[in-house]
Amino acid sequence: MSRRALIPIVTGIPLAMIAIFVVASRWIVPNATRQDIMTGVTSPGTAGHLFGTDQLGRDITQLAIAGAGSAVVGPIVIALGSMMIGIMLGTFAGYMGGWLDLLLSKYADLLLALPTTLVALVVTGLIDGGYWVTVLVLIMLFSPTDIRMVRGSVIAQSGRPYIESAKVLGLGRLRIMFRHILPNVLPVAFSTMLLNVAFALVSMSALSFLGLGVGPGVPDWGRQLSDSRDLLDRNWGSLVLPATLIIITAAAINLLGDWLQERFEERSVQR
Amino acid sequence: MDTAHSHRRLTQLLSRGSLTRFIVVRLAATGLLLLVLSFVVFALLHLTPGDPARNLVGVRNVTPELLQSIRDKYHLNDPFMSQYLQWLGNVLHGDFGESIRNNTTVTTLLSDRVTLTLQLAGLSFVLTVLIAVPLGIAAAWRTGSVLDRSVSVASIVGIGAPTYAVGLLLLYIFGLWLDIFPVYGSGDGGFDRWWHLVLPAITLASGLAAMVFKLTRTAVVAELNQDYVAFAQSRGLSHRQIRSLVLRNAMIPVATSLGLVFAFLFGGTILVEVTFALQGIGSLLAGSVTFKDLPVVQAITLLTATVIALTALAVDVFYYAVDPRVRKRGSR
Repeated sequence: MSRRALIPIVTGIPLAMIAIFVVASRWIVPNATRQDIMTGVTSPGTAGHLFGTDQLGRDITQLAIAGAGSAVVGPIVIALGSMMIGIMLGTFAGYMGGWLDLLLSKYADLLLALPTTLVALVVTGLIDGGYWVTVLVLIMLFSPTDIRMVRGSVIAQSGRPYIESAKVLGLGRLRIMFRHILPNVLPVAFSTMLLNVAFALVSMSALSFLGLGVGPGVPDWGRQLSDSRDLLDRNWGSLVLPATLIIITAAAINLLGDWLQERFEERSVQR
Repeated sequence: MDTAHSHRRLTQLLSRGSLTRFIVVRLAATGLLLLVLSFVVFALLHLTPGDPARNLVGVRNVTPELLQSIRDKYHLNDPFMSQYLQWLGNVLHGDFGESIRNNTTVTTLLSDRVTLTLQLAGLSFVLTVLIAVPLGIAAAWRTGSVLDRSVSVASIVGIGAPTYAVGLLLLYIFGLWLDIFPVYGSGDGGFDRWWHLVLPAITLASGLAAMVFKLTRTAVVAELNQDYVAFAQSRGLSHRQIRSLVLRNAMIPVATSLGLVFAFLFGGTILVEVTFALQGIGSLLAGSVTFKDLPVVQAITLLTATVIALTALAVDVFYYAVDPRVRKRGSR
């Protein structure tokens, strides 16, 4: 068993744990947002508070478990949404070419002319959007790279003999695009989507770190980190726990996505 | 001899001519892109919910007279296109209007803060190049070695790790716990300024270095797989000679990507400046967005876009100038 084969196990354990938090946090930590002003900030190791409490006396550990939902659900929706746009538009642009292709590539150029962080910050900040508006904005910002990716693999597939045969058989364009080319693009699309989840997770928590996206009082890792700046000298747990959770989650998803991508590439070479 | 010489001279001139043409075309495209972006940036004022005049008033007491004077000043009653052209004219003269939050012109506000952001970006860029490029070359030279594997895994973690989380951790460890570096602020200028910028620059460089490492490694590996390397080896060229050949070729894509990385630094500075409470352009943008200080937001967005577009242009021209293969493709 090679070392690379360990990757799904090593990344799977933390990801499974996060998944459990996302689904079941309301039963695991029903009182995560309960405030206790009298307690105030306490350091890690205080009785009953493994990582201490924040300025409102909320337990850091419980808050972090409850925050898994807003950290992960939005990014998954972003990755799914932008890949759906990518598959629809990228397939058409790649297979049909022409003005649609040109228009889409210009749109992608325009969006790629600015850093994602900046555009997301400006747009969501100015329109005062909540969580789902932020998700929508990020879908728009993520889609150009997905369109390009799908377009590229569709073009690579279009030249293959099986597509030539399909054309000779007189199959319709839509049928060739979505029944024959698409299944061969999906594996790459899936691994790209995974990498996008990690990227979106970092972007979304960055926005909530800047005070955008998640409403006040909602448990969220980015918000916890932003709060922790004022608590550093009194409770290091408020920084270390959410920071570690974000880094581990993003790294695990990235490693898994990378591993999948390599496997798919190996398989397509072997064929 | 003479004809051969003049022939060579002629081809040189021609290629230089096509380079000029290439630059002109790319300049026009860049100008067009910036024009479209300027339109979008201007439209932000009207896309922001609420009455533009009220948004421009900010927290001052809203009186009908004040609203009227703002409408007059920003020509808000004119048709949209003429407003845009007026605004664009001012922008081209370096006038972005007045900041709503601070009662100064946007230009003074920006010029006070731009140095720090440039210093931060420059220091992180130097760090990135010094760390990532040598490591990328070393890893590519011995693929599968312990060094290659460990740095590759570290770079995957580095790419994914959010800047501000890394920054806060560094701040806690080196600033508060070990007490080596200052915790917040930008220092008193001179050496103190650079000392304050060390942690922020390392933070910013950590993510970028991961990216540049990956790019360098890929470029060198691709070059090592070229036929000419196998040929040079079989001809018995020394290890050192082959290395210099490979590196010279691999550095073209690396240098290209470095240009784009530099542009991307400006997105990263926002989070790092906020994390370390540095008074730069990035933290100004973050503050201005939450405050809806639109003239400042417009100015920073447009300036960043311009810097990035010009960097991309410079990178393209560089690529075109140093790599004859691209030139051939372009002239076809």
